[in-house]
Amino acid sequence: MNYYLRRTIRIPATILGVATLTFGLIRLLPGGPFTQLRIQLRRRGMDAQEINARIEALQNIRPEKSLPEQYLDYLIGVVQLDLGQSISLNKPVIEVIGQALPWTVFIVVVSTLLMFVLGVLLGSLQAYWEGTTFDSVGSGLSILFMSIPYYIYAVAFLVVLAFSWGVFPTSAAADRSIEAGFTVAYAVSVLHHAALPIISFTIGGVGSTALSMRGNSIQVLGREFVEVARLRGLSDQRIATRYVAMNAILPMYTGLLLLVGFRLGGTVVLEEIFTYPGLGFYLIEGVNANDYPLMMGCFMVITIALVLAVYFADMTYGLIDPRISVGDADEY
Amino acid sequence: MQMSTDTDVNWQSEQTDETIDWRDRLHEGFVLRVYEPALIAWNDRRTQTGLVIVVLYLCMALVDLFGLWRDASTSQAPRMLGAFQNWSYPLGTTQSGVDVLALIIDSTPFILQMVLAGGVWATGVAVIVGTISGYKGGLTDSVITAISDFFMSIPGLPLVIVLGITLEPESPLVLGVILTINYWAGLGRSIRSQVLSIRNESYVEASRAMGTNTVRIIRKDILPNLMPYVLVNFVFAARYTIFAAVALYFLGVLPYTGQNWGITLNYAYNQGALFGLEAIHWLLAPIIAIVGLACGLILLSQGMDRIFNPRVRTRLTGESESVESTPEHTTEIR
Repeated sequence: MNYYLRRTIRIPATILGVATLTFGLIRLLPGGPFTQLRIQLRRRGMDAQEINARIEALQNIRPEKSLPEQYLDYLIGVVQLDLGQSISLNKPVIEVIGQALPWTVFIVVVSTLLMFVLGVLLGSLQAYWEGTTFDSVGSGLSILFMSIPYYIYAVAFLVVLAFSWGVFPTSAAADRSIEAGFTVAYAVSVLHHAALPIISFTIGGVGSTALSMRGNSIQVLGREFVEVARLRGLSDQRIATRYVAMNAILPMYTGLLLLVGFRLGGTVVLEEIFTYPGLGFYLIEGVNANDYPLMMGCFMVITIALVLAVYFADMTYGLIDPRISVGDADEY
Repeated sequence: MQMSTDTDVNWQSEQTDETIDWRDRLHEGFVLRVYEPALIAWNDRRTQTGLVIVVLYLCMALVDLFGLWRDASTSQAPRMLGAFQNWSYPLGTTQSGVDVLALIIDSTPFILQMVLAGGVWATGVAVIVGTISGYKGGLTDSVITAISDFFMSIPGLPLVIVLGITLEPESPLVLGVILTINYWAGLGRSIRSQVLSIRNESYVEASRAMGTNTVRIIRKDILPNLMPYVLVNFVFAARYTIFAAVALYFLGVLPYTGQNWGITLNYAYNQGALFGLEAIHWLLAPIIAIVGLACGLILLSQGMDRIFNPRVRTRLTGESESVESTPEHTTEIR
């Protein structure tokens, strides 16, 4: 079967798998789903039937039904984008997620692009001036920046720039007094609020990208085809971009694909620190408030976002590197 | 069993040579596997620094195990002492009068166990999965790839948070495994692609033609080529484990009993908002502990490349006169 077709078919399969996992985890949660709520409702003097009806409305789970039926109901709900009702926010989970998702995507995409571009630039400059003071200072700084996790930058920026100096806001995605829309004031406010999360998510990544770009470039620079290109009298600029940079970046592309997953997961910590209303923030909110529908809904949507990102990367990889064969290997 | 003589060719892939007794062999093995690599590693300043740092953390763990420094407890010292003001409490004290150095030392054994468990689990599973799927190919490969693609598409931290709430792990070893529960998937995939380029080498083909079984080919022919990559990634997995653990403790979403750097960071951060720069020593201590360990591990991994690089190794035996310093080869950009 065609690789691309097969890869596309695998998406719904993966999402089904994730939904199954979510369903299973809800069942495994301490005391089963909604124990907390059940106790609360009973304390208010509600009778058992009323409680069951209430819980049924919160999530597509009917406690009296058999497990396979519950599973089927859950899946149907997911397909209809019905992820249940958030207990703490008293809103449909899908509505909360709809508002949160764009912010998370914004942060992850912008910071990952920045990280990649800056890292590649720095790394190639280091490789170009290999052995100079610039190179060794750059490598040292890269290692240092890699050793500091992104949330430490976040905490440091927040404590110094936001709390102590008040240069940046301490929470939210935009100024509440400015109406959302395509206005300059709103865009400036969004950037102002997103600046610290994006910077702290970028710095550490620049270090590791620069280090691997430097290593790859030095290797490519030693190859014969670069020498031949020089002998052919091609311009330095052409050699630097078409011959060296392209070949050095290629092996990093698969790494980038994995990285998106780690970064998407990392938003949980980042958004919680900055009180930035993205998916990760609501996931933690759900955890802290024992709001399982919200928590599981966020978990599932983050996962689906990652599934699509990996799919996109897989699809484009063949275009970027034509040497990659997508066929099967013989079995030994 | 066929004995090897001058004229006969021995097709056995392992031959016993009677002239070398076990003592010599042990000595040779020691020189080849431990002494020479250590010598090469020690020549590199990065490895030296990395090693010193990691040993320092091991010493801290020992200090805690033998009870050489006081255990952390509330009201054991004056409150909110700055760092380096009173030498009985070198790193200062917290708002509730806990010695900060004691806090840091207390959690070292826990963190080290967790990091080790995380690293071993992540790289171990990745190596098994990656080599088998890359070498076997065909149906085995398709099945394994599909499974690891599934695990790869679940973002790490959110999964760990949900699992943490569900399973409530308290043992550092279990926690280490949970933190890297799906780390193997991505790493396994990159190991697989490395194996793909090795599996058709002529010496592997020779082994196959001789009928050597799969496990032995993977162990003897394929794995040695991957060792540098695997070890470097062990360090990356270890770093990921510390970062993830501290992050989740910092957010307060993992169950905890004792103290550790993440929890210290959490308290310090929350109090820091009230006390401002007065609490900065309390906030900095766990940060430096985390960053130091990560930095030591990364430096060690940078030097490890040299141990396994045959071009650098030949210098010791004097076979090669001009060996340029080789760049670290890595495609990992995590």
